[in-house]
Amino acid sequence: MRKFRSFKGLLGVGLVGAIILIGILAPILIAPELATRMHMTARLSGPSLTHPFGTDQLGRDLFYRVMLGSRTSLEIALTAVLMSVVIGLPLGMVSGYFGGWIDNVLMRLVDTLLAFPALLLALTISAILGPNLQNTIIAIGVAFTPYLARIIRGEALRVAQMPYVEAARASGTTNLMILIRHVLPNIMPAVIVQATISLAFAILAEAGLSFLGLGTQPPAASWGLMIQASRDYLDIAPWTALVPGLAVAATVLGLNMFGDVLRDVLDPRSK
Amino acid sequence: MTGALVTVDHLKVQFATDSGMVVGVEDVSFAIQPGETVCVVGESGSGKSVTSLSLMRLVEFGGGVIAGGGLSFVRPDGSVLDLAAATPEVMQVVRGNEIGMIFQEPMTSLNPVFTVERQLTDGLILHKGLSAAEARTRALDLLRSVRIPEPERRLRQYPHELSGGMRQRVVIAMAMACEPRLLIADEPTTALDVTIQAEILALINRLKREQGMAVLFITHDMAVVAQMADRVVVMYRGRIVETGTVTEIFENPQQDYTRALLAAVPKLGEMTGKPAPERMRIVGDEAARAVTALTPQTTKKPRVLLEVRHLTTRFPVKGGVLRRTVAQVHAVEDVSFTLNVGQTLALVGESGCGKSSTGRSILRLIEPQSGEIWIGGQDIRGLNSHDLRRARRDMQMVFQDPFASLNPYRRLRDQVAEPIQNFGLASGSDLQDRVAQIFDRVRLPRDFMSRFPHELSGGQRQRVAIARALAVNPKLIVADEAVSALDVSVQAAVLNLMMELQEDLGLSYLFISHDMAVVERVAHQVGVMYLGRIVEIGPRSAIFENPQHPYTRSLLSAVPIADPRNRRFRDDLSFTPITSPIFPLGHQPAPSVYNEIAPGHLVLQS
Repeated sequence: MRKFRSFKGLLGVGLVGAIILIGILAPILIAPELATRMHMTARLSGPSLTHPFGTDQLGRDLFYRVMLGSRTSLEIALTAVLMSVVIGLPLGMVSGYFGGWIDNVLMRLVDTLLAFPALLLALTISAILGPNLQNTIIAIGVAFTPYLARIIRGEALRVAQMPYVEAARASGTTNLMILIRHVLPNIMPAVIVQATISLAFAILAEAGLSFLGLGTQPPAASWGLMIQASRDYLDIAPWTALVPGLAVAATVLGLNMFGDVLRDVLDPRSK
Repeated sequence: MTGALVTVDHLKVQFATDSGMVVGVEDVSFAIQPGETVCVVGESGSGKSVTSLSLMRLVEFGGGVIAGGGLSFVRPDGSVLDLAAATPEVMQVVRGNEIGMIFQEPMTSLNPVFTVERQLTDGLILHKGLSAAEARTRALDLLRSVRIPEPERRLRQYPHELSGGMRQRVVIAMAMACEPRLLIADEPTTALDVTIQAEILALINRLKREQGMAVLFITHDMAVVAQMADRVVVMYRGRIVETGTVTEIFENPQQDYTRALLAAVPKLGEMTGKPAPERMRIVGDEAARAVTALTPQTTKKPRVLLEVRHLTTRFPVKGGVLRRTVAQVHAVEDVSFTLNVGQTLALVGESGCGKSSTGRSILRLIEPQSGEIWIGGQDIRGLNSHDLRRARRDMQMVFQDPFASLNPYRRLRDQVAEPIQNFGLASGSDLQDRVAQIFDRVRLPRDFMSRFPHELSGGQRQRVAIARALAVNPKLIVADEAVSALDVSVQAAVLNLMMELQEDLGLSYLFISHDMAVVERVAHQVGVMYLGRIVEIGPRSAIFENPQHPYTRSLLSAVPIADPRNRRFRDDLSFTPITSPIFPLGHQPAPSVYNEIAPGHLVLQS
């Protein structure tokens, strides 16, 4: 636990904690109409006392929007990445550990999915299922699974060739127990790093889907939607992009640091 | 000391770590005279490499700082340079030009994307200002001087096209390119097979003699020291323990550490005329000394535990677009032997000879092509996967690398308990008691049970690996180079533990090793392997005292002996390189036919 007390650990835990807290508290403390109420007289106004983060092109208060939008963005990103880990982990582990025809079949399947850009894949799935929160999560989760499965397979392949795996097999350990006791803990560092990176991409993927009308539906707020909406006003009102952009950046930074520290904490060698 | 080429004076090197400065070496002083070989010998962590890297000032690239002392070096023009205080520009002139260096791993010390010519001529063009054509001529001379066949062709080749021994010759040629006054060789033969080691040692000896060059030879191997050194520096934990001429050190060591180190080294030939294996001598270990006298020789007819008949294992070589099998590696070819209850059969040979594949085939960690394996009357090859898992209770394995064979994420208690749980032999507090007893058995403190592998030293980890193998009371243990990665004193203690367990529990070992001196000490029976076949097998005394097959003889003649009065590597040596075990599909090799020249002593007909 000492690792958490490093600068990186404190910053990571602090940022992630604060953002999750906002995500939970904002919808309780802030009335939703505050984020959608338009002030036609104050469109694209810069940060001021009444609107600390400024307003967007419809005069909506960016402070309320970024606070309320955190819920949507985080919910989609966290669940989607969790989903891709839950599917990709066993897929990659089985593929890398057993090899042979199992590996061939599973990896050709994954390659087929990889042939489509992740966003295009998410778009197609979302279009088929219809635009709502749950389907957006499924679309992003499925689109991210092949990337995770690929990386996990590589790691599992590496671990499967380690002498301690052969030693376990020689002492009569079953394949299932080898996967759980030996392979899983040794591939976790890679999984944690990849999952934290995926979270950042998931937030952006949600933005992309929303932009094309398949993700979060206006007038509801999400960070991605806000960034996309800001693109026409970058030169006259840069804060419209900066506010949600910084929110995404802070989240990603916090998650990366948190992931790094979590990996160190789980590694017995770093104590 | 006057006239010394190099004088190291109270050298102190520190390393910056998270927990402050750590002393790497301290108070190290010695001198190297022109034209002499000084061996720095010590176990891992003794600071021997740090000392040599300091002379080249390469230690700084590893985070080290020369914190005190002097390193004076007499340059070719007669001026004396303090290497510890020299500027980086001066060091660039010195490195490679006035001091040459050879590293341990010949593959990684050559750049894989450059041809041999480029690697050899770069230094010549830089340091000596030669033109490209002159450098090429010189490079050819160098390759001839290190006795590389077909030098013209070698110049155009890349490192991966050369064998390990050839690569190390190129590395030596590179180090010799500018005719340095001092050659630093840091474990130059540790990664090589014993016959190649003999060739390289002979080569270094000849070059030293012909060019009058001084050699600083870093090694952990006392036998190599005995063969190479004029003077010896023994290091332990960053300090010098003892210095002296090679005969002084070997015949009249003054310090306890040197004596212990020498005692732990098995000497080839010292078991001549002894009927049974003997424990290693460990100075200060009275328990070991008491039983060193004699291992009781069983008079009753030994029972057979393991019988292997015509075992053959081949690996496919895939090629082409469709990844079809285009050839086969004949890793194990028609191998037959028997191993008795409570005895040790050693399989010896050089890398790639199939000794490890034989061990793995017997446990069916890799699947053999054909042949029979019987353990205690059970046909191992006939078992389905379920029964095979049960049969593995009787046969366990200890691996070479104690760092890689333990899972870094699991506590040692759980790793030793795993085989017991696999067979449902115990659970709960019963399981804990049993694990604790096994820890006692391999002489590890019980509080190690809750530790992780990285908290232990190499020897302690290997004890854990042995404990894990013992957990289910097996009859057979396949020990695949089980002591090869360990320091010599640790190796002696682990070998003694293995022999003690054999006596107490009646274990049989299939002892796979490349180290003839260790094998002579521990084995009842010895099988010599070459290109997948056993070329000679028999009782230990027959193989070591009356070797018949030419390969056995050349292998034995290449082993360095830890006795400075018995030097073997003066003139150029050349052993037949091992040919490839890869054959096209459908190749049917001839069966192994043996001549029995004495009871139980079989020699392959060739």
